[in-house]
Amino acid sequence: MTNTVSPTKKFLRNCAKRWQLFLFLVPAVVYILIFAYYPMFGVQIAFRNYQPRAGIWNSPWVGLKHFTKFFNSYQFGRVLSNTLIISFYSLFMNFPLSIIMALCINTVRNAKFKKMVQTITYMPHFISVVVLVGMITQMFNPVMGMYGTVYRLFGGEGYPQDILTNAGAFRHMYVWSGIWQNLGWNTIIYISALSSVDPELHEAAEIDGASRLKRIIYIDFPVLIPTAAIMLIMNAGSIMNVGFEKTYLMQNSTNLIASEVISTYVYKTGMSRGTTQFSYASAIGLFNSAVNCCMLVIFNTLSNKLSRGSMGLF
Amino acid sequence: MSAIKLSKQEIKKRRIKDPTEDKILYAVVGTILTLFTIVVLYPLIYVVSSSFSSGTAVSTGRVLLWPVEPTLEGYRTVFAHKHIISAYSNTIFYTVVGTIINLAITLTCAYPLARRDFPMRRFFSLLFLFTMYFGGGLIPTYILMSKIGFVNSRWVMLIPGALSVYNMILVRTYMSSSIPGELLEASQIDGCSDAGFFFKILLPLSKPIIAVITLYYAVGHWNAYFNAMIYLNDVDKYPLQLILREILLASQISLDDMVDVEAMVAKQGLADILKYALIVVATAPILCVYPFIQRYFIKGVMIGSVKG
Repeated sequence: MTNTVSPTKKFLRNCAKRWQLFLFLVPAVVYILIFAYYPMFGVQIAFRNYQPRAGIWNSPWVGLKHFTKFFNSYQFGRVLSNTLIISFYSLFMNFPLSIIMALCINTVRNAKFKKMVQTITYMPHFISVVVLVGMITQMFNPVMGMYGTVYRLFGGEGYPQDILTNAGAFRHMYVWSGIWQNLGWNTIIYISALSSVDPELHEAAEIDGASRLKRIIYIDFPVLIPTAAIMLIMNAGSIMNVGFEKTYLMQNSTNLIASEVISTYVYKTGMSRGTTQFSYASAIGLFNSAVNCCMLVIFNTLSNKLSRGSMGLF
Repeated sequence: MSAIKLSKQEIKKRRIKDPTEDKILYAVVGTILTLFTIVVLYPLIYVVSSSFSSGTAVSTGRVLLWPVEPTLEGYRTVFAHKHIISAYSNTIFYTVVGTIINLAITLTCAYPLARRDFPMRRFFSLLFLFTMYFGGGLIPTYILMSKIGFVNSRWVMLIPGALSVYNMILVRTYMSSSIPGELLEASQIDGCSDAGFFFKILLPLSKPIIAVITLYYAVGHWNAYFNAMIYLNDVDKYPLQLILREILLASQISLDDMVDVEAMVAKQGLADILKYALIVVATAPILCVYPFIQRYFIKGVMIGSVKG
């Protein structure tokens, strides 16, 4: 053998040396190829007329037909605006609230009280969607539920208005039940960021006569900005993903006008009438993922620009 | 002087008092957090109390905080329902077996990607990362499942979702950042193979992160209903969440499902406490162990936050 080894040869020799590591990767790679990449190739049925007999590759090509059909359908505007309204509403409520809560929890001096607040408020995060929605429908039943009881407790007469069948109330129910469930949990990431604040900063500021509120605004809050930026970008990438699971369970025939979002619409069109609507439903799903990707890139570039390159995901 | 040791009271007396401004702030913060905690806690207490109350007390709205006319009727009805027991054991099966599969795939996948000397590290990392942001969507996935015969099979509850890329990255980050590289070098000098290093050294050292992802996966399996709803047709394969959905969210409970004759004459009140008891039965296993394992969950979020 000569002394000069070509880079390819060196690379191959390295690979051979680490053969066991490749073996370790086999199950995961096989899994991801079958369950993630194979369906990605299946996305092309959005541009075809899917026929189960012909399969994914041989069904007739129809181009953008299904997309134009969706854009022109009367459902398009409603479904899209429902999705965006719920999503932005949820984001812009959760985002500031979790920062405020994190700052509050961080300010508390009594360690026992702090621990209690954290333990209790993290708890609902582990409740399943089915149970959460079950709790909502039970408790907000105007006749038998807690909602009616509390209403009468505060001097209401008879029964309150039924908000479960009220389409206008759907988005508020959706967003605030989400806040009830996840606000505590969402503070964790900010609290962990706050733990990196140097206590000497606080001491120095205190000696200079800064009140606790001033110290929260000028010391604690700035620490949270990078974390907040990352969270905002990550959330932007799923702006179109209003949780299917919860929305679908909360839907009923009377609130559908406000509660039909893209993911539930895809499910209903795709799964209700056999395979005839498969292509149409995939087209809607693909449109959904495409918007998500765009949002992720837009928010990432924006964040990079605003922070001059220091706050971005990639 | 003799007064080196101060009593607690004296320390309190000598401490510089908070300015009024701060006092107000602490009071406001305390109030906000107390209110928030009550708002979170009250529905949970209400559910538990209702499940132990009599049906008439619940349906006439007399339950406020504590159980009224305490009874175990609700729980008796839950366990008389013919699908609950099978659904419960199905869920335990899916959770245990599913989590074992999850762990096997996630840990073996994270290890090579955590090794800096792995030649194709970047390529494989990207291969996995890409699937976090883009996927085939519902319909192509459904076509795949029917093609490989997963529709109406128990496998559909175990294999799809066997690897969460997010959890894999948590493990990878932990392995590459908290475990010193010198360990690897030392073991290699002693003639340890790559597989040996994983099983004998890395796994025992990664216990904290393994605990975190085990919990994430197990909670995920316990709460899952989506795949079951789409792919399963036979009631005897249903997990608990799907039965829950049918009972909690269906407007009427079919009385045919009641094996118990006494339950046949059950009225609306019984249906109500049945629902509350079901919620407790389905959620209690998680919420009971949660306070003891809380720190692991929090650790998981923190490791996740440094990956950025």
